[in-house]
This record gives sequence, C-alpha cells and structure tokens, in this order.
Amino acid sequence: MMNPVYIALIPLLPLAGFLMLGLFGRKFFKETSGIIATLLLLTAFGLSVYVAYDYFTHANGGVYPKTIAFQYTWLRFTDTLSIDMGALIDPISVMMLLVVTFVSLMVHIYSLAYVKGEERFATYYAYLMLFTFSMLGLVLSSNLFQIYIFWELVGLSSFLLIGFYYNKPSAVAACKKAFIVTRFADLGFLIGILILSFYSGTLDFATLINTLTTPESAAMKNAVTASFLGVSAISWGMALVFIGGAGKSAMFPLHIWLPDAMEGPTPVSALIHAATMVVAGVFLVARLFPVFALTTPAVLEIVGWVGAFSAIFAAMIACTQTDIKRVLAYSTMSQIGFMLFALGVSKYGGENGLGFTASMFHLFTHAMFKALLFLGAGAVIHYVHSNEMKDMGGLRKLLPITHITFLIACLAIAGVPPFAGFFSKEEILLAAFNGNKTIYYVALLTSGLTAFYMFRLYFNIFWSKEPATQHDKHHGEGGFAMMMPLVLLAIGAAAAGFIPFGNFVSSDGAKLESHFHLAFSAAPVLIGLSGILLAFVMYKKQSNKATNLANSLGGIYKTVYHKFYIDELYLFITKKILFNLIGRPAAWFDKNVVDGLVNATGNATTMISAKIKGMQSGRVQQYAAYFFAGVFGLVLIFLYIWK
Amino acid sequence: MNLLLLLGIPLLTAVLVLMSRNQQQVKWVSFAGASVQLILSLALYYYFQKASASGATGMLFQQTYSWFPTWGINFHVGVDGIALAMILLTAFVVLAGVLVSWNVEKMTKEFYFLLILLSFGAYGFFISLDLFILFFFLEIAVIPKYLLIGIWGSGKKEYSANKLALMLMGGSALVLVGLLGVYFSGEERTFDLIKLSQLHLSPLTQKICFPLLFIGFGVFTALFPFHTWVPDGHSSAPTAGSMFLAGISMKLGGYGCLRVATFMMPDAAHQYAPYIIVLSSIAILYGAFATMMQKDLKYINAYSSISHCGFVLLGIGMLTKTALTGAVMQMVSHGLMTALFFAVIGMVYQRTHTRQVNEMGGLMKSMPFITTILFIVGLCSLGLPGLSGFVAEMTVFMGAWQNPGMFYRIATIAACMSIVVTAVYILRAIGKTAMGPIKEEFKNLPDASWNEKLAAGVLLAGILAIGLAPFWLNDLITPGTEIIINKLTGK
Repeated sequence: MMNPVYIALIPLLPLAGFLMLGLFGRKFFKETSGIIATLLLLTAFGLSVYVAYDYFTHANGGVYPKTIAFQYTWLRFTDTLSIDMGALIDPISVMMLLVVTFVSLMVHIYSLAYVKGEERFATYYAYLMLFTFSMLGLVLSSNLFQIYIFWELVGLSSFLLIGFYYNKPSAVAACKKAFIVTRFADLGFLIGILILSFYSGTLDFATLINTLTTPESAAMKNAVTASFLGVSAISWGMALVFIGGAGKSAMFPLHIWLPDAMEGPTPVSALIHAATMVVAGVFLVARLFPVFALTTPAVLEIVGWVGAFSAIFAAMIACTQTDIKRVLAYSTMSQIGFMLFALGVSKYGGENGLGFTASMFHLFTHAMFKALLFLGAGAVIHYVHSNEMKDMGGLRKLLPITHITFLIACLAIAGVPPFAGFFSKEEILLAAFNGNKTIYYVALLTSGLTAFYMFRLYFNIFWSKEPATQHDKHHGEGGFAMMMPLVLLAIGAAAAGFIPFGNFVSSDGAKLESHFHLAFSAAPVLIGLSGILLAFVMYKKQSNKATNLANSLGGIYKTVYHKFYIDELYLFITKKILFNLIGRPAAWFDKNVVDGLVNATGNATTMISAKIKGMQSGRVQQYAAYFFAGVFGLVLIFLYIWK
Repeated sequence: MNLLLLLGIPLLTAVLVLMSRNQQQVKWVSFAGASVQLILSLALYYYFQKASASGATGMLFQQTYSWFPTWGINFHVGVDGIALAMILLTAFVVLAGVLVSWNVEKMTKEFYFLLILLSFGAYGFFISLDLFILFFFLEIAVIPKYLLIGIWGSGKKEYSANKLALMLMGGSALVLVGLLGVYFSGEERTFDLIKLSQLHLSPLTQKICFPLLFIGFGVFTALFPFHTWVPDGHSSAPTAGSMFLAGISMKLGGYGCLRVATFMMPDAAHQYAPYIIVLSSIAILYGAFATMMQKDLKYINAYSSISHCGFVLLGIGMLTKTALTGAVMQMVSHGLMTALFFAVIGMVYQRTHTRQVNEMGGLMKSMPFITTILFIVGLCSLGLPGLSGFVAEMTVFMGAWQNPGMFYRIATIAACMSIVVTAVYILRAIGKTAMGPIKEEFKNLPDASWNEKLAAGVLLAGILAIGLAPFWLNDLITPGTEIIINKLTGK
C-alpha cells in the first residue's frame, strides 16, 4: 500500500496554490503566479502518475482493490450518518486523477501565454487552482456527501471562470445561468442523497453500494417496497442522483448552460467544459454503477436513453452553429451522451460490462482530443480575434502547428482509425449493439454527424478561403507555451487508443479483454468517412452549397439553428412563470395582504382610541352619567340574565 | 468561570462610554469593550470544553442568587453548548458592529451606548435559567432597537421603528402571558427553567401556553405570518442596527422557541409540530420568492433572512436530534452571515449612496475587497460548501429526513427547493452590483478602510470556522440538543 500522503498531496497542492495566489497573488505574485501554479500542478501530475503506476502494478489476484487511502469525519449527523472527507482509490478514481492533472497541467502551461498581460492574471490562476482542487476532491470522494460538496465547489469555480471577464454582460449572464441550471439539477442530487442515505443508513460509498446491492439486506427490502407513485424509493433516489449528474454533464434538457459557458476564457472551456467537470455526471453514474446495474436497471435504462438522445440532439445543433466554440460545446454534449449511453447499455461484471469500460475509455480519450480542439480553437481565436467561422478560413499556412494538431483531433473524434477516438467509440458501439439496438443505430447516425460537423469546422477554419499569408498584426501562433500543450495532447489523441483499457478499468475490477471485429468496425468507419467527405465537398472551397442546403431544409434548419428553441422555453418558464406567476404575487401578497393586515391592526387601534378618547373628558357630569348608566346596566343584567 | 463577567463587561463598557469625553474615546472604549467580550466568550468556550472533557454535562457554571423569594424568582444563570454557541455569535457580531459604525457622527456616544446595551441584553438572555430574568433581558434587547432605528435610521424610519417595536412588544406580551400561565399552573410557584422542565405540566397548560410562547418568540425570528417587521425594520436601521437585529435579535426568538417552549412542553411540541413545519416551510419558500423581486440590497437580505430563519423553525419543528442541532447551527450561521451581509451593504451604500441594485454595476473594479466579501457572503447565503450556511442547512435537511412519512418529506423537499431560488436572487444581486460594466461615477470609489476590513475579517473568520471545520460546533451543540430530545422522547 502506498503512502497516503502522496495521494493527499495531489489535491492539496492546488489548494495551497489557490490560497497563496488568492490571498497574496495580486500583491506579490503578479508576474510569477502562472509559473508557481504550473509548477505545483506539475508536481501533482507527477504524483498522479506515480500513484497510477503503483496502483495498476499491484493488482490483487487479477482484481484491482478498492481502498480508502485516508478518511476523516467532517460532520457527524447521527451515529451512522456522517460526512467523511477521504480518498477512495479504485481504477476509475486513479484514471480520473491522471486525466484531471494532465489536462489541467496542459491548460496551465497554455494559459501562460494565452492570458498573459491580463490584469487579473493571478486571480485567473487562483481560480484554475481552485477548480483543479475541487475536481480532484470530487474524483477521490469516498462519501456520497463528500462528492456533493466538491460537486458544488467545481460548480463555483466554473461560475467564477465563466464570469472571469466580469465586465462583459454576456459573461455575467452566462455564469449565472450555468450556476443556476446546475443548481437546479443539484436539488435532485441532494434529495437523492437524502433518500439513499435514509434507506441505506450510511453515506459511505463502499457501505452504501454494498447495502444497496445486497437483495437480502433489510435496508434493501425497505427501499424496494417503499414506493411513491408506483416507483420504488430506491429508484427515485437513483434517478434523482442522476438528475444531478445530468445537470453537470449538460444532458438534455439541462444542457442549456454549456454553450453559454463558452463566454469564459478558452483554456477554461478546454479544462472545465470539455475534459473534466462536464464528465462529472458520467463519473457519478460510474461511481454508483453497481447500484444502477444490479438494483435499478430501469433507471440505468433511462440514463442510456437520455445519453443517446442528447448525443444526437447536440450533434444536429452542432452542424448548424457558426461560433466555433459553440460547435465544440455541442460536440462535447454529444460525446458525453456517448459515454452515458455506454453506461446505460452496460451490465455489471464480465463481458457484458463492456459498456462501462468503453464509457471510461471514451471519457479518457475524449479528454485528450476535446481539450486539444479547444486549445486549438483558442489559438485560432487568439489569432483572428473572433469566434465566428466567417472571420476565419485559409489559416493552414499561418498556423501550421495548430492546423496539424487540430486535424489529428478531428480525425480522432470522427473515429478514423488508428486515432484514439476510433478505439473508444468502437467499444461503445459494440456495447450498444449487444445491449440495445435502437441506441446502436442512433449512435451510428450520430457518428456520421460528428464527422461531418467536425470537418465542417476544420475546413471552415483552415481551408475554405485562399490561404492567407500574413495578417496585418501578426503575432504568430502564441509561442512555445501555447504549442507544447497542443503537441502533447495531439500525441495523446493519436496514440491513447492503443492503451489496453480493459486491463485497467472494468465494471467489477477484473480485467476485461476487448476484441475487435473488422466486420463490425466497417459500418461506423464508413459512415464517419462519408461525413468527412460531405464536409469536404461542401466546405473545402467557399461555395453556396451549404447555404443552398440550409435553404432547402427551410424550417427544419431554422429550428435546429435556434437550438430547438429550448432556451426560449426556459426563458419563458423563468420569466413568465417563476418571476411573474410566483415571485411577483409572493412579493405583492407580502406587501399588501400580510403587511396590510399589520397596518390595518395599527390603524384600527388608532381609530378606536380616537373614537373613545372623548370618554376621558374630565367632566364630572359625564362621568356621573356613565356611572348611572353602568349601575342601570348591571341591574338589568342582574334582573334578567343572572336569574 | 464566572458567567456574570458576561454581564459585567458590557455594563462597564456602557458606563465608560457614557463617561467618555469625545467621539474618539467613545469608539475606542467600545472597541476595547467588544474585544474583551470576544476574548471572554472564547475563554468561556475553552473552559466549557475543559469542563465537558472532565465529564460535566448539562448546564455548566451555574449560579443562583435569590432575587424575589416571595414569588420564587431567582437570578439563576448557566450555559450549555447551545447557549454558548449563541454567546459566541453575539460576541462576534458585537465586535463587528462596533467596527463598522466607526463613521457614525450623529450622537456617537448615545449610539454606542445603545449598541453595548443591546449586547448586555443578549448575553443576559442567553445565560438566563430563570424565566423571569430571561424575560427581563428580552425586553432590554428590544427597546434600544426602537431608538437606534428612530434616531439613526434612514428612509421611513419612524414607521419602521414603531412597527418593529410594536410587533416585538406584541411578541413579548404573548411570551409574558405564556410564562405566567406556566408559572401559575405548576405544582410549585417557580420561574426556574430547569425545575419547570422537570415538573410535568398538565396537558391543558401545555396546549395553551405552548402556542403563546412559540408564537411570541416566533415573532422575533420572523415566523410566518408575523414577519413583516423584518424588511422594514432592517432596511431603515443603521448598519450596525441591522446587524444586531438580524444577527442577534432574531436569534433570541429561535433560542426561546427551543429552550423555553419546546424544552418545557414536549407534549405540546409534538402536538403543534406539524403547524410549525407548515409555517416554516412556507416562510422558507415564500420568503425566497419574495426576495427574488426585491431591488434594494437591504430588502434582499431582510427577505432572505425570513427564508433562512425558516430553517431554524423547521429544524425545531422536525424534532429530531440532528434537526435541532441543525436549527442551532443555522442560528449561528445565519447570525454571522447576515451580519456580514448587512455590513457589506452598509459599506457599499456609504460609497455609492444607493442601495438599488439596478443603479450599480461593476463595483468589483473599484472595490475588490468589498465585492469579494459580498461574493463570499452571498455564496454562504446560497449554501456553498466550505461556508457555514451549507453545514447548517444540510444538517437541518438530514435531520428532517429522518422523520418518515409523506408530510415530512414534502415539507423537506419544499425547503430544499429554496436552494435554487436562493441561488437565483443572490446571483442576481451580485451580478448586478459587482459584475457588469462599471459606471463612470463609481470608478474612483475607495475600497474598504481598516475598520471595515477588520469587521469583515472577524465575521468571516466565524463563517469559515464553521464552514471548513463544522465538527467543533456540532460537538458543542449536540449534547445540548440531546437533552432536549431525550426529554421529548420521554427517555
């Protein structure tokens, strides 16, 4: 067993960096903050590699153990329910350690050049460090509530980084939207936690999974028999937890925050909104996978359908967008859909657990090529100072390294062999083919769309127009700091597919052999290639073909271009219903009815006292009159009522 | 440790303030006094932990002096973890309140005198174990507020001062009737809380007196629908006044509901719990929705206080150990958070001369420190982990969920829903004030001065101490709530 200090240091180093730069960055580390942060991250990455190496070379009889490296009680609710802060080490958390620290390191290096000269340079790095810390805490979580805590913290850092350019109204709107939409999803997560903890009597992952997958346990019997609206309590719990995951992972219909989140600096999009935070939902489902697969397969099926629908839905929108970052955002959503439906069609253990391995594999490769795409897009945006495709074109000569690495990433995501995406996507498709045929065909179609929109993007940026030779304000590709991460990630995007992933990550911890069938691969590869070919025909040279096609599709195109009007629907719900139908009446009611009653009481008191104050006149005759009236009254009462 | 020190120091400070010759002296004397209070409360915590470690339980450091033997009134004081948590809260808020009032020019001496007097009343209330003196201190904590708002307030201050004083007086009148009811119906004529809790009050007494006491104290803690003094009172009060009002006074009510009403009359507590739950869930959601429509920063925080104090009452109504602990935590957390919120609003107002969110924007540029604090306190309000609000709310939720049954579930889910609404109004408020393009006239506004930084630092320290390491507060409170729960469940 390795020293837990090493594991603890991985999240703690970024935390230390955050505190240092957050508190003193402005004053003392204005120039050096980037270097400090990068060095800390480099150390964390080195430690992660060491931990991963150590972990994966010490399989226990062919099975990777789940161990708790350390754990401290943070808040004790009852004797059995407590929030513990700890580190759970198993194949997926170790894999996530690698992904998070590696991509974060790349982004840290890249930002040295990209964010240089920014007034809040130190703050930027402080936020990046805060995010990295939170994300590492999330993946290491050993307790259901711990993951919720870090879940909120990554949400916070995402909010801060989307709103980094805080004086831009669009950025402010985007960061609020991201936070509130995910918060809404987290409400589901929270209630899910309450339900699961109530029935399992614990918040600890290991115990919880154990309890909820043992059909004989008393807790399980309660959880299955207790039902609401005909659905068992445990299913409600798992479904609600999944809602939290769907919000973070931008699944339909909670995806609306992701495209707007592109208001943040591009390296941030690469780190948070492509490679790491948005896959937290996938990670959460994977973390609780035994419960999903063994106890609530119906909920797992929903997960699959949500993933599949989001995949094709987002891919369609991606084909119509003109802002290159938004294309990438929808592409991210679509790819996360792949990961989720891969989990959805998977079973627990053995050969049928292929979907689980495939999902994690795709998460891994996607982190490489999607981060690369974003960083490449960042280099392009840095160069042309615009996010719009129409301002680009013919950049292949001016940005040679960006061009080549971007092409590699496009080939990877399109699933062209032998690039990384091919292998992970093949596994996913195979799992879908074995698990659910409808999802398989949806996925196949989506693969074609993916290849098409990615190469639409590629041709529009780097070809389309005549190759420009020199921009008036030439400042190159951004230098070594920006190019090195591109090259490193490109190596990953090209070669990560050859990792025998099933040897490391599987649903039950045992090794899983993955087989490739040439015959099976033919269909997806051909579909992918035809997507590329279509994009080539339409966008290689500037032409009217795309516009003509859009015009001939008419209303359909318009609907897709407007993202199926989901944003408008949300706007309607929040503005018209939440504000006008609930908020406004509540405020009105409070001001006029409740407070009105209070004021009325006050006024009534004043009025009555005004009316009766004449009685205290000081005139003896009047008092005498009252006196006799009183006596007379008492006599009457005595005579007629008392008897 | 002698608890009377907690009363002596504020009294001494008040006297010294009155004797001071100039404004500077007044301020420094108050500052010194408030600092000593804080040190004293921390020392109390230290000795309390020491005594607990050596096995002492229940009310510690008790002292009894005969006060009015004919009527069975004793000056009886003592603290348990719950009271101690409230004392710590008071000390933090008082020090910060003194610091942010540094610029009060008008009748400085009287202003500080009243502030110190309020803290005297609050400490007295929290340490009282005799209902009569408890009531006495409750009144001391009300009257200065009337003057604070009436004299140093802003806006429609006379109206607000009247409203607040009358509603709170109404509340205390109910409390008094309830107390007398308990006093006269017991087997023994006593006001002693401990003794009364051991007597078995007849079902009829409980049935009548519990609502009187609970509603009476509830008015203080913004029990729906007796909450309307909150928005007007807070928004008209001077900064330190709002901080005291929301940070401490509202907690007097919550503490009274728990320590007096619930503890003394467990049967009635069970009987009335559903009503409490319904009213507090309404307050939580309704307060949050009403906040969403507010445009004045002080109104935003005042309405959100209604929502947040709903968690205190919800926790009490749920009657589980975890929920009660959560209720107390929420009192401490909300006290610190809302005091800091009002302090920041005061700082912003002093510079921009407006509290309307629509008239601000981009303040992060000119006042990074103040807006950072605004961010943090806003995040605390919306329950972000690492800050105190999260810990308290989650404890209430976990405690509430332990009650099986659809009714409790629905109430808890309704309360949970407020975390989304809170996020909406907090982010809206922060987005409009701190973010966005900055106006020309706000470009050169100065950032926080030393006293403001210190005030914010004091409260922030408390918020972080709970948010990052909640176990100490949990361990402090739980023995106290355990006693109450054992009594409730008849153990």
